[in-house]
Amino acid sequence: MTTKIATEELELLELEYGHRGPGEGGLVPGGDDGEPNAPAVPQHTYLTGIVLALAAILMFFLALTSSFIVRKGLSTDWVPFRMPPILWLNTGLLLLSSFTLEWARRALERESLSGFRRWWGLTTGLGVAFLVGQILAWQQLAAAGVFLASNPSNSFFYLLTGLHGLHLLGGIIALLHVGFGSQSGGRLQRPTAVNVAGIYWHFMGVLWVYLFLLLLLGQ
Amino acid sequence: MATHANAAVHEAPRGFIRKYIFSRDHKVIGIQYYLLALVAVFVGMFLSLLMRLHLVWPNLELPFFGVMTPEQYLALMTMHGTIMVFFVLTTAPQSGFGNYFLPIQIGAPDMAFPTLNMLSFWFTFVSFLVLLAAFFITGGAPISGWTAYVPLSALGEIAGPGLGWGQSLWIISIAIFAGASLMGALNFITTTLDLRTKGMSLGRLPLTVWAWFITAILALLGFAVLLAAGILLLLDRHAGTSFFVPGGLIVSDKLIPHRGGSPLLWQHLFWFFGHPEVYIAILPGMGIVSHVLSTFSRKPIFGYRAMVLAMSAIAFLGLMVWGHHMFMSGMSPYSAFAFSLLTMSIGVPSAIKTFNWLGTLWGGQIRFTTAMLFAVGFVSLFVSGGLSGIFLAQPAVDIPLHDTYFVVAHFHIIMGVAAIFGIFAATYYWFPKITGRHMSKPLGKLHFWLTFVGVYAIFMPMHFLGLAGHPRRYADTTAVTFLEPLNPVHFFMTIAAFITIAVQLVFVLNLVWSLWKGKKAAINPWEATTLEWTVSSPPPHDNFGGHYPRIYRGPYEYSVPGADKDYIPQHLPEAVPAAGTGD
Repeated sequence: MTTKIATEELELLELEYGHRGPGEGGLVPGGDDGEPNAPAVPQHTYLTGIVLALAAILMFFLALTSSFIVRKGLSTDWVPFRMPPILWLNTGLLLLSSFTLEWARRALERESLSGFRRWWGLTTGLGVAFLVGQILAWQQLAAAGVFLASNPSNSFFYLLTGLHGLHLLGGIIALLHVGFGSQSGGRLQRPTAVNVAGIYWHFMGVLWVYLFLLLLLGQ
Repeated sequence: MATHANAAVHEAPRGFIRKYIFSRDHKVIGIQYYLLALVAVFVGMFLSLLMRLHLVWPNLELPFFGVMTPEQYLALMTMHGTIMVFFVLTTAPQSGFGNYFLPIQIGAPDMAFPTLNMLSFWFTFVSFLVLLAAFFITGGAPISGWTAYVPLSALGEIAGPGLGWGQSLWIISIAIFAGASLMGALNFITTTLDLRTKGMSLGRLPLTVWAWFITAILALLGFAVLLAAGILLLLDRHAGTSFFVPGGLIVSDKLIPHRGGSPLLWQHLFWFFGHPEVYIAILPGMGIVSHVLSTFSRKPIFGYRAMVLAMSAIAFLGLMVWGHHMFMSGMSPYSAFAFSLLTMSIGVPSAIKTFNWLGTLWGGQIRFTTAMLFAVGFVSLFVSGGLSGIFLAQPAVDIPLHDTYFVVAHFHIIMGVAAIFGIFAATYYWFPKITGRHMSKPLGKLHFWLTFVGVYAIFMPMHFLGLAGHPRRYADTTAVTFLEPLNPVHFFMTIAAFITIAVQLVFVLNLVWSLWKGKKAAINPWEATTLEWTVSSPPPHDNFGGHYPRIYRGPYEYSVPGADKDYIPQHLPEAVPAAGTGD
């Protein structure tokens, strides 16, 4: 093997190396026959993990959605309210962050670490901006006298935006860790980490669009 | 390759704390879960004993309580149910044995995410402490049952003792538990999908692994919903929202300020989790029992594929039948009919499993080990408890029987005792692997027979109480004339409970005694076929010492015609029966 392979390339190779067909078992073969196998976890395991985590998160929000539908359908006290317009801006920022995240991934594929960090940082910044925007929306509502317990329609607004915000905050921490944290010693290779964080981030974007539509059309 | 960065992860940690307390080794975590469940089950049994004493001698001075008030009785009942369902039946068979044996049986060095695994145990542990804390605060433990029905659970102290911070602690505890279970489920599913060793195709997985895998899927879907429900309930209690609490409620002469909420919404959310939870408790037992029956009948499991499909069908249908807990809620008869039909259809895969177990036993060279006795006991209890389920699945029968002791009898036999028998079978079966020593066989048999007769003596008469119209949850029946003739039955059940619980001390004695004095166990004392029996007892830190086996055959190749021995381990190549553990 060549000795001067960029670290990133090695990481990319690791990603390919981790793949295997179904039923073949997940243990990465370790060198020549007779050598003990290196008990490593294949990188795509992390992708399986994140998909399952998203399945649980989806169930969580589906339970809240059905509560929304049932609570609204059964009640006579539901009062629709006007969504703060800033939510549209927030939605735009979050959707844009999905594009910048993809550009960051392309930069990584071109082996441009600086390009990756630039776009990745922008993605993180857009995420923070979204959260700040959500808090502003809460402040505007509170200033208008709309609180968590004012009406079930308000309760669901604060509940769904709040829980989505918490999940997104987790995403921001993951983005910071993957983009700028130390990479030494861990089992998780950067390309996989980028994929895992990316899947989570896109899901948070789609989830927000879904929740926003639910809140808008469900009024 | 020894210097490969990834290999470092599986070096055994040194130091007591890293090795035994905050361990990331799935085997240590499995034992931690098991011990937690063992403590919890004795707490739970103690609570039930106090309840049974109070039912027979209502004026008796009890330890910690004095003469028990009806509210204290309800608090005991709530905590008994919660502890048993979550910290025993969910914890031991799935998180305990699943953690220990799933990675070994599929030929993996550990779970996919060891740190997450450690976290899920410690979350569970904290959750248990939070729950127990409810006993020690003002007002005591909640009185709303393990189902925490709204509005009782949502109103706070005004509705009764224990409904203030006691109920809040209960919700927080269950929310933490749900988080822990989600982490665990994610780990189980990922490990099963991605870390199987070469040749371990899905069709060669031991049925235990299938059971843990399917249970994990149920847990992943169910606990997410419970978590959401818990958050809504906490908000109703502490933030003034009205998700569940209806308007116009007057409690203790005070108008409750909430309005418009739906108590039935809580029931739907709770039972959407609560019914799959029943299967979360029993499915691992089904896996263990299939495994043990096949091993000690010296026969392949009857209908391996049918067993897997039946477990999948039970899990799938189990997600769609939560409404059968709510026939009394005033639901439309059409919905009730649909829920009823779906519920009864679970009888089909359940019967397939039962007949396959009998088919496995049929004509086998049965070895009556203690594990085998408990496995056969499980089948008996599963049939007894399952049949009463068919009664309760029909709205016309359920409505008069609802909220009577008939229901208590049903779920204790099928969910409680059958699952516990699964845990016992697993304990006696795997103890030699975990510790390197055998449990005492005479003590084990004594434990089995007294427990088997004992649990039927406790729970069978409850059916008759229920049929006679005896309501459940009554702390005291002295003033209820039509229940007076049933007092001797209560007396009988209390005595039976006393003896049966005392017999469990024999089990603990056996467990502790065998740990030091038990007969030394060989690597494969049961002459079994799956991978855990190819490694030393206890297995090394990374399970296979770096030499991962290749799998050549299914998990239940017993009494294969023409073979040298009556069992062929999974890692032996076709036609070359040779010793050795690795390829």
